[in-house]
Amino acid sequence: MILLQLLWSFIQIGLFSFGGGYAALPLIQQQVVHVHEWLTVQEFADVLTISQMTPGPIALNAASFVGTRMAGIPGAIIATVGNVLPSLVIVLFLAWIYFRFRTLKAMKGILFGLRPAVVALIASAGLSILFLALFGAQRLPDSIEQVSWYAIGVFLAGFVLMRIRKINPIHVILGSGILTVIASLVGVPI
Amino acid sequence: MTTEPNKPNQLSRGRLFWTLFSSTFTLSAFTIGGGYVIVPLMRKTFVDKLGWIEEKEMLDLIAIAQSAPGPIAVNTSILIGYKIASVTGALVTLLGTILPPLIMLTLLSYVYGAIKDSAMVKTLFYGMSIGVAIVILDAVVTMARTVLATKKILPPIIMILAFIATSVLHLNIVIIIVSCAAIGVISTLVLSKEEAAS
Repeated sequence: MILLQLLWSFIQIGLFSFGGGYAALPLIQQQVVHVHEWLTVQEFADVLTISQMTPGPIALNAASFVGTRMAGIPGAIIATVGNVLPSLVIVLFLAWIYFRFRTLKAMKGILFGLRPAVVALIASAGLSILFLALFGAQRLPDSIEQVSWYAIGVFLAGFVLMRIRKINPIHVILGSGILTVIASLVGVPI
Repeated sequence: MTTEPNKPNQLSRGRLFWTLFSSTFTLSAFTIGGGYVIVPLMRKTFVDKLGWIEEKEMLDLIAIAQSAPGPIAVNTSILIGYKIASVTGALVTLLGTILPPLIMLTLLSYVYGAIKDSAMVKTLFYGMSIGVAIVILDAVVTMARTVLATKKILPPIIMILAFIATSVLHLNIVIIIVSCAAIGVISTLVLSKEEAAS
């Protein structure tokens, strides 16, 4: 019974979260905290904190966490499958349409308009992560004291390195993390 | 380019599926920060490294992934798998993408209390977030060049307007996507009529 409830709740979360990532947050909260009371508000906040620190989309992280809490490993698997099921069906349908009709003029027009928009959306998300690292908030800072000069230095050095030499992105991410731990250990203000 | 050894149709089914699975599994396991981080990394793997998908086609797939519900990383991985090896490919890349968070969060839900206040863990993840910003903005510069290379007026305008709409005005992403698709259709149909008339 709890497995069916998990499945149905996470199908709904998967079905209605357009725009990815944080768009799913209010839906997860509604299902998990308010409709079913599987987590308290504090526990829900903990799930968000974990999601910030671990790989994977936030909805999948919540599915595994809540599923494990409520019904062990089978619960985690069922909730995860429920979460991706709507995506699988809808995306496969859209993919079929795309590969069949992409030579049509109207489809070409749609993609002509969407390509630059996609770049803009990724740029926007990238900047909000950058601002969070540099200023401690997802926007420009109010005063110069909120600026992390350490983070600006690492960012500029890393960015220039990456443009000049094609470094593996995972090395850049892990390298920045390890460098920051070392910097904090030797007393660099970060 | 028939001499290239790594094209999808020249690999055995087993090798092909293993490459799809291991690529998406590795990306999903090492990517902190959600869809907008993993998507540029997928582009890097499947466009730059393996050469299985063209730059322009990749942007189309990302656009489709964004217009469907669900996590963008999941949607993009389904599309990449489908493009390379049909429905079976889609299921393989989907599995590769969902397994790392499933395994990690199941383990973490047991040990979370013990690590959540560790200063070392916090510092490590803070440093990694700087690396994440570097990787995303590097990908943005590369993709923006593709848009500018079309040598048309409309794409850069759409790019700037979409950026303002999301970063400054915080409009709903679905609205931005539908609007840009509409602008694209209208401009393409109008232009083709003009060409036919002249």
